[in-house]
Amino acid sequence: MIANLLSTENIVFTGVNILLAWSVYLTLMTGTLSFAMAAFMGIGAYVSGILTAKFGWPLVPAALVGTLACLAGGILVGFPALRVRGLYLMLVTTGVTLVVKVAIENIEYVGGVGGMGGLRGTTPELVLASVVVIGGALWLLSRTPLQRIMDAAREDENVAASLGINIVFIRVAGFAAGAALAGYAGALYGHYIIFIAPEQFDILYSVFIALYVVLGGVNNLWGPVLGAVVITMLPEVVREFGVMSSGFRSARQLIFAGALVLLLLVRPAGILAFRRLSIRAGRGRVPVGST
Amino acid sequence: MTGRIVAGLEGVAKAFGGLRAVDGVSLDIPAGEVVGIIGPNGAGKTVLINLITGFYHASDGQITIADHNVTQWTLHQIGRLGVARTFQNIRLFRRLSVLENVMVANPAFTAHPLRGLLALSPRRQGRDEAMDLLALFGLADRADQSAGELAYGDARRLEIARALATRPRLLLLDEPAAGMNDRETEALVDDIRKVKPRLEAIALIEHDMSLIRALADRVVAMNYGRIIAEGATGTVLSHPKVVEAYLGQEES
Ligand SMILES: Nc1ncnc2c1ncn2[C@@H]1O[C@H](COP(=O)(O)OP(=O)(O)OP(=O)(O)O)[C@@H](O)[C@H]1O
Ligand SMILES: [Mg+2]
Repeated sequence: MIANLLSTENIVFTGVNILLAWSVYLTLMTGTLSFAMAAFMGIGAYVSGILTAKFGWPLVPAALVGTLACLAGGILVGFPALRVRGLYLMLVTTGVTLVVKVAIENIEYVGGVGGMGGLRGTTPELVLASVVVIGGALWLLSRTPLQRIMDAAREDENVAASLGINIVFIRVAGFAAGAALAGYAGALYGHYIIFIAPEQFDILYSVFIALYVVLGGVNNLWGPVLGAVVITMLPEVVREFGVMSSGFRSARQLIFAGALVLLLLVRPAGILAFRRLSIRAGRGRVPVGST
Repeated sequence: MTGRIVAGLEGVAKAFGGLRAVDGVSLDIPAGEVVGIIGPNGAGKTVLINLITGFYHASDGQITIADHNVTQWTLHQIGRLGVARTFQNIRLFRRLSVLENVMVANPAFTAHPLRGLLALSPRRQGRDEAMDLLALFGLADRADQSAGELAYGDARRLEIARALATRPRLLLLDEPAAGMNDRETEALVDDIRKVKPRLEAIALIEHDMSLIRALADRVVAMNYGRIIAEGATGTVLSHPKVVEAYLGQEES
């Protein structure tokens, strides 16, 4: 049973979903709940897929180009989109996902609605290594002044601005970094499932990714990991133990409904309940661990 | 005293609908001075500070700081020019620690946030300077507490420490003694005197006249958005218009 949970497929999907959860976490750190992650995932998958499947590039450099494309896309979309806040911003980022999907559907070069095949090369080892490297980078980030600036800007952006912090820059940087990470995750995902189609990068996926973070909490970078692992693995666990026989889809739906209810009960403060302490006062000694 | 002007206002006005909260104020804040700003509730003192710091934009007039016309500048541009403030209704980053509230204001990183990615050791992040500032305001032993848990007087002092961490030329204090007891107010006078040499000028809004008498080199009195008297502290405090403005307030 446990062996099945640790199947190649589970490891790859869980790892990719952890990366995606972190992409939402990064964006949310600067105060933006983004539903554009599926779009950037799609861009990352398609850009890298073209390079590998049509031009014979190896996966890693292709994935990095896909990542850069999403970074650029994030900056381009971020500047106009981040003028609005709250509910409007959710709508705008939702719109990004819808528009990118329709755009890909209309590009014949990548197979339009029919999709594109021949993407190969993602191994569980590559996914795990990516999770470790990016997790390490995020952990380092959590100990830098940049993290503190983002926390302050999220709490009171006018006061933060008054201290000399360029809020627009911070928000666009967070949005673009999240977009880049989603693009990288999309590249890994695409090159595992071999065949990609626009419908895979649907708005529902964006919502699922946001839910990993909502469920796991964003007090630190482990919350999103927990959310991603639990939601990715649970359907498998449920199936393994035979509670649910009607299969993957309905199990997922039930779990999502359950997760939302749980969230409202356990975490009424919701997704914005951040708390960490990166620096302590003691002089001359290296600070140990954060909360 | 050099006579140089740190901040200059010329016919500055701010209207909210029909209400002219600030109505044609001209005022110079010269280098080396502490300018006290007094006036009854609703006189427009806080709005004036909001205009100088870019929280509001003037509907009329011009604001000059360090020879720059900043009338239409954004918050962070004015902040970087060296204008820092505290808030009448304390606005700390409550979820950050006391120490973090000061560290976050370090101009090395606020002006270049990505440079912060390379500063991984607390020392390079300016922790020691921040601790010095906290020590100056008697907050060093609360450094790791979250700012939201601070008592009122401590929170007010932390706001001043945070403002100073930006290394400003001009510090604007909006009722720093509000909610403090006499002992705390006396300590605050000492603290402000201590930090005065770090600044080119201070503007001090206060209802507590003992604080104004102790600190202000010059006083500006406002009512209904206008300056009604200006000059040496003693003269302004006993000016008939000022006395009348405060009496009018007590009657209503
Ligand atoms: N954002 C705003 N919108 C509308 N009216 C405002 C706004 N801010 C201030 N006012 C009004 O402008 C006037 C001046 O307010 P301000 O806060 O500057 O007074 P103040 O002199 O600081 O008084 P206090 O001593 O009570 O703090 C008041 O009548 C106030 O109601
Ligand atoms: Mg006021």
